[in-house]
Amino acid sequence: MATKLTINGETKSFDAPPDMPLLWVLRDILGMTGTKFGCGIAQCGACTVHVDGKAVRSCVLPVSAVENRAITTIEHIGSTPAGSKVQKAWLEAEVIQCGYCQSGQIMSAAALLASTPKPDDADIDAAMAGNICRCGTYVRIREAIKLAANGRQS
Amino acid sequence: MNAHHDVSRRALLTGGLATGFLLAFHLPLRAANEPEQKDVTDGKFAPNAFIRIDETGRTVLMMPQVEMGQGTYTSISAVLAEELDADWSKVEVQHAPPNDKLYGNPTFGLQVTGNSNSIRAWWTPLRKAGATARAMLVQAASSQWGVEPSSCKASKGEVAHEASGRKLGYGELAHAAQGQTPPKDVAVKDPKDFVLIGQPLKRLDTPDKVNGKALYGIDAILPDMKIAAIANCPVFGGKVGKVDDSAAMRVTGVRKVVVLDDAVAVIGDHMWAAKKGLEALKIAWNEGPNAAITTKDIWQNLREASAKAGVVAKSTGDIAKALASGDRFEAAYELPFLAHASMEPVNATVRVTKDSCEIWTGTQIMTRVQSEAAKAAGLPVDKVIVNQHLLGGGFGRKLEPDMVVAAVRIAKQVDYPVKVIWTREEDIQHDVYRPVYRDQITASLADGKVSGWKYKVAGSAVLARWLPPAFQKGIDIDAIDAAVDAPYDFANFHVEYVRAEPLSVPTGFWRGVGPNNNVFAVECAMDELARKAGKDPIEFRRAMLTKNPRMLAVLNQVAEKSGWGEKLPPRVGRGVCVQPSFASFIATVVEAEIDDIGEIVLRRVTSVVDTGIAVNPDTVKAQIEGGLIFGLTAALYGEITIDKGRVQQSNFHDYRMMRINETPKIDVTVVKSGEAPGGIGEAGVNAGPPALRNAILAASGVALRRLPIDRTLLAVGKKA
Amino acid sequence: MRILARLVVIAIVAVALGVFIIRGPGPLDFAGGTKVALADYRAGKPTGVPAKLETASLVERGEYLAKAADCMVCHTKPGEKEYAGGLAFKLPFGTLYSTNITPDKDTGIGNYSDQDFLNAVQHGKRRDGARLYPAMPYTSYPLMTDEDVLAVKAYLFSLPAVRVKAPENTLSFPFNQRWAMTFWSAVFNPDTRFAPDTSKSPEWNRGAYLAEALAHCGECHTPRNLGFALDNRKKFAGAITAGWHAFNISSDKATGLGNWSDADLIAYLSLGHAAGHGSASGPMGEAVDHSFSQFAPEDIRSIVAYLRSVPAQPSPDLPATTAPVAPASHKEGITADARGKKVFASACASCHGWSGESPVSPMATLTGTWAVNDPAATNVAQIVISGTKRHTPDGALSMPAFGHAYSDDEIAAVANYVTARFGAKGSKLTAKDVAELREQTAE
Repeated sequence: MATKLTINGETKSFDAPPDMPLLWVLRDILGMTGTKFGCGIAQCGACTVHVDGKAVRSCVLPVSAVENRAITTIEHIGSTPAGSKVQKAWLEAEVIQCGYCQSGQIMSAAALLASTPKPDDADIDAAMAGNICRCGTYVRIREAIKLAANGRQS
Repeated sequence: MNAHHDVSRRALLTGGLATGFLLAFHLPLRAANEPEQKDVTDGKFAPNAFIRIDETGRTVLMMPQVEMGQGTYTSISAVLAEELDADWSKVEVQHAPPNDKLYGNPTFGLQVTGNSNSIRAWWTPLRKAGATARAMLVQAASSQWGVEPSSCKASKGEVAHEASGRKLGYGELAHAAQGQTPPKDVAVKDPKDFVLIGQPLKRLDTPDKVNGKALYGIDAILPDMKIAAIANCPVFGGKVGKVDDSAAMRVTGVRKVVVLDDAVAVIGDHMWAAKKGLEALKIAWNEGPNAAITTKDIWQNLREASAKAGVVAKSTGDIAKALASGDRFEAAYELPFLAHASMEPVNATVRVTKDSCEIWTGTQIMTRVQSEAAKAAGLPVDKVIVNQHLLGGGFGRKLEPDMVVAAVRIAKQVDYPVKVIWTREEDIQHDVYRPVYRDQITASLADGKVSGWKYKVAGSAVLARWLPPAFQKGIDIDAIDAAVDAPYDFANFHVEYVRAEPLSVPTGFWRGVGPNNNVFAVECAMDELARKAGKDPIEFRRAMLTKNPRMLAVLNQVAEKSGWGEKLPPRVGRGVCVQPSFASFIATVVEAEIDDIGEIVLRRVTSVVDTGIAVNPDTVKAQIEGGLIFGLTAALYGEITIDKGRVQQSNFHDYRMMRINETPKIDVTVVKSGEAPGGIGEAGVNAGPPALRNAILAASGVALRRLPIDRTLLAVGKKA
Repeated sequence: MRILARLVVIAIVAVALGVFIIRGPGPLDFAGGTKVALADYRAGKPTGVPAKLETASLVERGEYLAKAADCMVCHTKPGEKEYAGGLAFKLPFGTLYSTNITPDKDTGIGNYSDQDFLNAVQHGKRRDGARLYPAMPYTSYPLMTDEDVLAVKAYLFSLPAVRVKAPENTLSFPFNQRWAMTFWSAVFNPDTRFAPDTSKSPEWNRGAYLAEALAHCGECHTPRNLGFALDNRKKFAGAITAGWHAFNISSDKATGLGNWSDADLIAYLSLGHAAGHGSASGPMGEAVDHSFSQFAPEDIRSIVAYLRSVPAQPSPDLPATTAPVAPASHKEGITADARGKKVFASACASCHGWSGESPVSPMATLTGTWAVNDPAATNVAQIVISGTKRHTPDGALSMPAFGHAYSDDEIAAVANYVTARFGAKGSKLTAKDVAELREQTAE
């Protein structure tokens, strides 16, 4: 039975078991590897995507739950106003080290800025504490979110 | 030029970046439906293993060291480009293929990235390589113009003859330069003339990391590829007994169950099928002799071993006499097993045919992966191709080839490429662990200074397994690295090492390596000694750093920048750590608060680092920031425990990581220096735990001697 | 002499009265209708297996009944061989271990005759004559027919024999005196078989048999009296069992099942989840996975019909209404416990959301569940400590066990935060409370 999803504005049709997490649909069926596997239990945030504009962990999100909903991934986040600001700020503040968690960090930050354009530290903690970065780029993530919000980046 | 040939015959997948830079990675099949791109360096100026320039001036630099977040691609490129006087905007990087002769790390003689030595080891060879290539380009230009080479000047990818105003780009000179004889002993630049080194250049690898384009090993996709999930025997050293795969084979999408001697893998159309198939397997393991081992047994063994006399690694003065007088101090510090838990779980993609084996992975040991894969595949080494990817964190885990070997063994049993992904649970439970250490320090105080210092390190000799020739006379030079290299002027000084391999648990290098245990023990003991002597911890250290001006300077700076000595609220403390690790000089102050129930709030961390010439000062800062968090995470939460021969932790819910809402303000100052560059990727890791522990001592009076921090000892009214 | 005799009589009367008062009514006494012997009941067949299994083999019928009686969960140590025992029951006075009920002759029940087996299941008497402790619900199983008990035996004897000895119990005196259970049984274990009630529907009678004789709902959901036996005066009013709060399943509208629709109850029992009521976890999660989810649909409906008839028993410790959805923003709503909020942001918000409505699965929605509306926060703390893994037709859904890496203080804080934010009234758990809950959780 074909499943239909709207991902980054495009309709994708494929066969997948209904309980298959969106993460593996993206990576292994659709070949979209920007969304990362980190823990499989929604503890690290590397797999974060947007569903109807909200940050959701795709590793525990059954594909059957997101039919008829708008999915945005890291590959397309740059075309949203908040996503584009976040990407620029991330480069400006030179946040990234290994980068593996950063797809998820950027997705979480973009969702935060879309709903809270001027986040304070408490907002950043609430939105970003679910994303682990093993390289320890947290200081710069905070700085970059503020940079994106205040529009000071070049 | 075999390596070059190997490189150039492979198509390149390139991605344009917003900045105009180009990063090239080997992943030809990933780009199966993109137009094939020719290796532009073929037949162009290739003066050595590291530099390729084509007639358009496009400059491809071959990276002997891997990029796992530490910024090497950018800093190594900067070193090469600096001496080459390349046009930085035309620089592209490409990963070097496995070849110890061309790309072997000068320190190890192997193509390995580790020990924070990418810049240290390659500093001189790469500068010479760049300078030699530049000289050849200058020669080519000057002979074309019929002028003296010394009257020409190279800059930003061009050679100019100032007197005549003539200029030729490196692209225009590529053909002619290729015909030049490489000069010997070319002079490298005077550091005052550096234009790239010392600048906070933007990283070359990050633009593709903000949009999902960057490809890590786990992102490899090949035509007809299937995905495998693996279950290794939960008990170290155990084997597979019986496997009932009937339920697994009924899972939709499962293709095959592969049974190895110590692991079982399920291959499926996608990871979900593979994972569900693995869960549906009924595996009876032959758990073997280690099935009853517990953490308690391991610690008992280590404590017994550490009571024995060790092999003397260094001894100056008369330690027995010194310890016989003065105010005596004795303490033992204990450190737990730690897993690496890089964000990219361990994985490898392999295709094995009758006469070839091709691997796609991110590894810190290119050539060792190649040779170990060859053994596993039963093929000669030259039949094994390794395609290096970006690493989603290394931290030492990817100094091991086990995940590649397992993938080869699985791929041998099928006729399609297979990507073997370890779940996070497998990644945590089948690591090579940072060993448990027990460090005993006996010291005596006289006149407010340490008059005798005896330090015995007991723990695993990782080096003995990993690089046997480096293990000489029973001494693991890594385990005692920062013990023998103590920063302080101790008149009577003695270091011993006891090799103690933990029961059944495999050990390996973990970011910060040996100095992790040494810096912790030394700096904890120094704080306790300062208290005993009735001195301020920084004052106490200063008195013994008079012969170590670089260390003294960073300590003085950190005291000033951290507000050392300024009044703090109750149960808030500052702790200091100085360390000489990886040829960098670092002083760190952690300011922490202990609440009434013993929870720790990190308020602020201040670090001052003198790493000699900082090739990219922003990268140095980033590495210290990140390293501090890595080390503080371990101090707060890190411990792998064993029960029934198995690792008890499995994922981030029980192997905890620091998060953004626990992260303090971190202020790193990079000292300007003309000294040779030191290592920086691991130094911050060493700094965090002792500085935090000393802050806790200052805040609560509790002198912790074990990690991770036991918060139950810190509640109000408790004393350790 | 006469005075002495009088005293003895008074004592006997007092004891008898005491026993009567403590023992209270039987599990089905609330129905009050006319009971007939099973053999005389013609309206339907309340015992045995559902119609589709009527012609199945004895072993297959036994398997259905063994699952309905949920034998396996207690007689299996997690990760070990099924039915081989060894599961620990941590009680205030020591630890009990379940026994091996595989047909191994030395360590299991391989030598049990039919009568031995009936004695054990219905009378709490071991083959060697020793008394069992009532952790084994042998006060419920006497209601089973001999035929059904022996079908279960046939099933157990069809399983592979596992040779493993259960650990010795570690009960303290006087609880280690098994003989004393003779008296306990004499008082609390009236040896009566299920007797249908002719005033009720056949469906009700089937439900009563399933719920009382097999599924032994009351063992967790009915509070216990001073003699540690079920107090059926408060039948299904909810109780703390094995460290978890088994909530009120009487027909009370506010705090029981009175306001649950049939569809909710059917979904909860057969799938472990009902929209707006949360998901079964802890012991109930196991009961759904291993028992209720295997029931025939008509048997589930029968249980629902029966549950509906149990008189309302209010739970004064629970709020009259559950709390609505919390605000989507972390800043709005209750944010009192900063430490709890920090833990929630790090480890919980990804699945449960700041509103309590899960962004990933309705099964992870907190809003509306009794767990977060219980001001004692027992189940919230327990699930944080030990996690849950639920098997549903749509696959497994799990929550990791955070108890290993999070301190008692942190667990108390996050439970207090969660109940305050998503429930009607915040809990006031302390680290000590959490430590005690950890102790009570079996395994």
